[in-house]
Amino acid sequence: MAKKKLLRNNYHQARWDEPIIFEMSVPGERGVLVPRACETITGQVGDGVSAIPAGLRRKKAPALPEVNQMRVNRHYYHLSQETLGTDVTLGISEGTCTMKYSPKIQEHMAARHPGIVNVHPLQDPETMQGMLEIYYKVEQFLKEISGMDAFSLQPGGGAHAVYGNASIIRAYHRARGDKNRTEIITTMFSHPCDAATPNTAGFKVITLMPDESGYPDLEAMKAALSNRTAGIMITNPEDTGIYNPRIEEYVKAAHAVGALCSYDQANANGMLGIHRAREADFDLVHFNLHKTFSAPHGCMGPATGAIGVKEFLQPYLPVPRVEFDGQKYTLNYNYPESIGKVRTYIGNANVVLKAYMWIMQLGAEGLKEAAICSVLNNQYFMKKIAAIPGVVIWYAKGKRRLEQVRYSWEKLKQDTGVGTDEVNKRIVDFGIEHYWTSHHPWVVPEPFTLEPCDSYNKEDLDEYVEALSQISKEAYENADFLKKAPHKAACHRPTHDAIDDPNLIAVTWRQYLKKKGKGRQ
Amino acid sequence: MHKKPIVYPYIPNSAPETKAQMMKEVGVTDPMQLYEEIPEHLKYKQSMQLPEPILDEYSIRRHTDEILSKNKTCDDYLCFLGAGCAQHFVPAVCDEINGRGEFLTAYVGESMGDHGKWQALFEYCSLMGELMDMDVLSIPMYDGGQAASTSLRMANRINDRKKVLLPATMNPEIAMIVKNYLSSVPQPEIQIVTIGFDINTGLMDLNDLKKNMSNDVAAVFIENPSYLGFIETQAEEIGKIARRAGAEFIVYTDPISLGVMEAPANYGATITCGDYHPLGLHLGAGGCQGGFIATNDDMKYVSEFKDLMYGLTDTIQEGELGFGEVLYDRTSYGSRDKGKEFTGTSTGLWAITAGVYLSLMGPKGMEEVGTTIMQNSQYAAKKISQVPGVKIQMSSPFFKEFVVNFDMTGKSVAQINKRLLEFKIFGGKDLSRDFPQLGQSALYCVTEVHQHKDLDKLAYALQGAVSC
Repeated sequence: MAKKKLLRNNYHQARWDEPIIFEMSVPGERGVLVPRACETITGQVGDGVSAIPAGLRRKKAPALPEVNQMRVNRHYYHLSQETLGTDVTLGISEGTCTMKYSPKIQEHMAARHPGIVNVHPLQDPETMQGMLEIYYKVEQFLKEISGMDAFSLQPGGGAHAVYGNASIIRAYHRARGDKNRTEIITTMFSHPCDAATPNTAGFKVITLMPDESGYPDLEAMKAALSNRTAGIMITNPEDTGIYNPRIEEYVKAAHAVGALCSYDQANANGMLGIHRAREADFDLVHFNLHKTFSAPHGCMGPATGAIGVKEFLQPYLPVPRVEFDGQKYTLNYNYPESIGKVRTYIGNANVVLKAYMWIMQLGAEGLKEAAICSVLNNQYFMKKIAAIPGVVIWYAKGKRRLEQVRYSWEKLKQDTGVGTDEVNKRIVDFGIEHYWTSHHPWVVPEPFTLEPCDSYNKEDLDEYVEALSQISKEAYENADFLKKAPHKAACHRPTHDAIDDPNLIAVTWRQYLKKKGKGRQ
Repeated sequence: MHKKPIVYPYIPNSAPETKAQMMKEVGVTDPMQLYEEIPEHLKYKQSMQLPEPILDEYSIRRHTDEILSKNKTCDDYLCFLGAGCAQHFVPAVCDEINGRGEFLTAYVGESMGDHGKWQALFEYCSLMGELMDMDVLSIPMYDGGQAASTSLRMANRINDRKKVLLPATMNPEIAMIVKNYLSSVPQPEIQIVTIGFDINTGLMDLNDLKKNMSNDVAAVFIENPSYLGFIETQAEEIGKIARRAGAEFIVYTDPISLGVMEAPANYGATITCGDYHPLGLHLGAGGCQGGFIATNDDMKYVSEFKDLMYGLTDTIQEGELGFGEVLYDRTSYGSRDKGKEFTGTSTGLWAITAGVYLSLMGPKGMEEVGTTIMQNSQYAAKKISQVPGVKIQMSSPFFKEFVVNFDMTGKSVAQINKRLLEFKIFGGKDLSRDFPQLGQSALYCVTEVHQHKDLDKLAYALQGAVSC
């Protein structure tokens, strides 16, 4: 049987050479007409705006473009076509991000059902029982999935949830009058937010480097722990996909000095129903309902980071808490020791609804199947990728990875001069999204991190492997071709990937015009 | 009995043939062998107690519809709740674009394959920049609460001062977020001082402000229009007092007011911030908020933003524009705990939507929507003030929201709002818990979506509610 063609050699992304919206302005055009007050109203109150004191009246109209509706719609369609969302590409690329298929039925309900779209968050709870039921049930599901005792779905993203956990750790020690706990320990392969959020909360952050096997250095941690340690905030498996089998020892050592243990479970996708924070004795966790629980990533949000804690930390969770007395759902603000709020209202209800629907469609067995298939995919994928010339896999030789792997083009770079940035620019020429290299700093040289989660079938994985194999081949045969990639994407490579010179900074069109004189030549 | 395995549509390799083939490839005979790195005693051996799954798509739709239909909605009820989340007109094109799968499901791709995402977010920043009459914005934040919090921390980093002055009339939800966000170990790193207000106008007590003003104040923060709806007519004066002492003047604004109200930058704001929810987004039970911060093009400010910034630049193809990361090392992605606060996934899709909204509205649309809101809300206040025992609490001009006091009716806001539900009306937000000094008062929100007949109905229903 002939081999099925998988690689998209003839692909070309839409390249609309699309103007900036300001360049499309035609004075006098209107994109939409807005409701105007009727004569009865104007008869009573006049023009309305005379009430504004002269000094606070807008003197110069905002210089927004004037564009008719069809052109606005067409413009943004073009921009969408120049974007590689997971609906049109292989999200395997974005390791650590768990780019799942986000089932359309979920999106249709969340974006279209008036029972969520047209509900005000401050309605009398009796008039939003359905919404609160969804919240309450998702909290119960996550309790079961993690083994923790209470959840809050308020934070608007993963890092936001980790910040919430840092705030809870601070509140806990403060409530006990333990003023000396000023340090948080994290690891280099934990997400940057595990270092940045405790710093924002005022802690001094100690970051442990991996040992030779890729695990965080346990001895270094024991040396760093003291009665100043407020908590440890770590991921497991870390971004390398390597599960740390001695995780309990880290937790025990931290507990022994009175520190709390916070588990960043952004990488939980491979462990649903298989391993829980409770069994490893963590005190706080967080999950990303985008990522693991299938809500989409929306060009960086909206998102939900769910915070879970053990019973003794429950009083510190953000308010309001969703509660149920067997008859009615209520919102309870009465938690005097709470950290207060991290997000207005009750968070991103649309994301919570999608997670609810996903969990309800899979049940306990289905969640476990999702985990197993994501790990199976990853181990299959790793075996294939390891065979591609130029690829190196650091750390933990012979150990099975869980849901993702941090690979390296170290050898390719040595052999051909082509490194991970070049490969990453070329891969979009095959209709595959740019991959995630690594968080900074790059401890693994020339890194790339792939996560072939449960949504992808074997052919998707094989297609991806073919693309990387093809690029590797090109690197060995015609390195120069890669140095100008991409060739078939929506846009060519920028002259400045990193813009640090103040004279070149143009984050708005008006700033660009001021610095460039009159705009595009 | 042997149970046939379920093939899940979202988990393609759950198909037994493929699964078996792949397991063979990786050398396992039992799926649990995939997890040999996890010690046995750390594995979860029980079955999670979750509801039986609803496997087919039709049934999950029915099930979800049944739950969501328990909610009363602002389609069926007239809504006068605002408090930072007001009901506004959402153009169909906004929904069309944020429903595009490419935007909905994109994430962190680079600027070539994701060129459209970068451009759409750059345009959001550019359009907001015109509205704010300022040059610099980052990609968006979680909500207005985060924008307020980060603005204050930016001020603290800029001038290394440790005290901020906030108005007592501030949005209490945002005040709670700020309080936690400024809290630190060891405490207190930044001291919060609340400045009093005149109960009959809402305006800031300038004597109290001056009393607390000193050269250790990092920032004076006001809302304009305020949470309680009134326009802070002394804004320019407050700004002068702040800047004279070397403090930043932060103005939290409602972007939909800026077609008719002056951009804060033009009355002295050095940092403008707020929530862009009014710009083309639904209520969404509170799930459609998004924060922004704007400043002038001065590195003193630019280098203190905490979130990613997309900069317009040339590409290797002559005449083409592309995008690059601006001052990446500033962020926690670039520098972990050495970055400015922390960044992460926030509200990109909503920011793109706000950009679509401003593109559609143009300068005329923004002026008209602001005007309609002023007119409708003034009309509503006038009608409500004619109800016996009901008064408009504050005499200052207002935008969109205003405080209605019911003390003379002898009824509580809670009682009145319960009664209004019978008229299919969601009454204004009850202020009696957060602002006890205002007695039994509620915050009413009136926008361009309210028609004459809606406002007359409200007045009629209120009449009934207070007199029964």
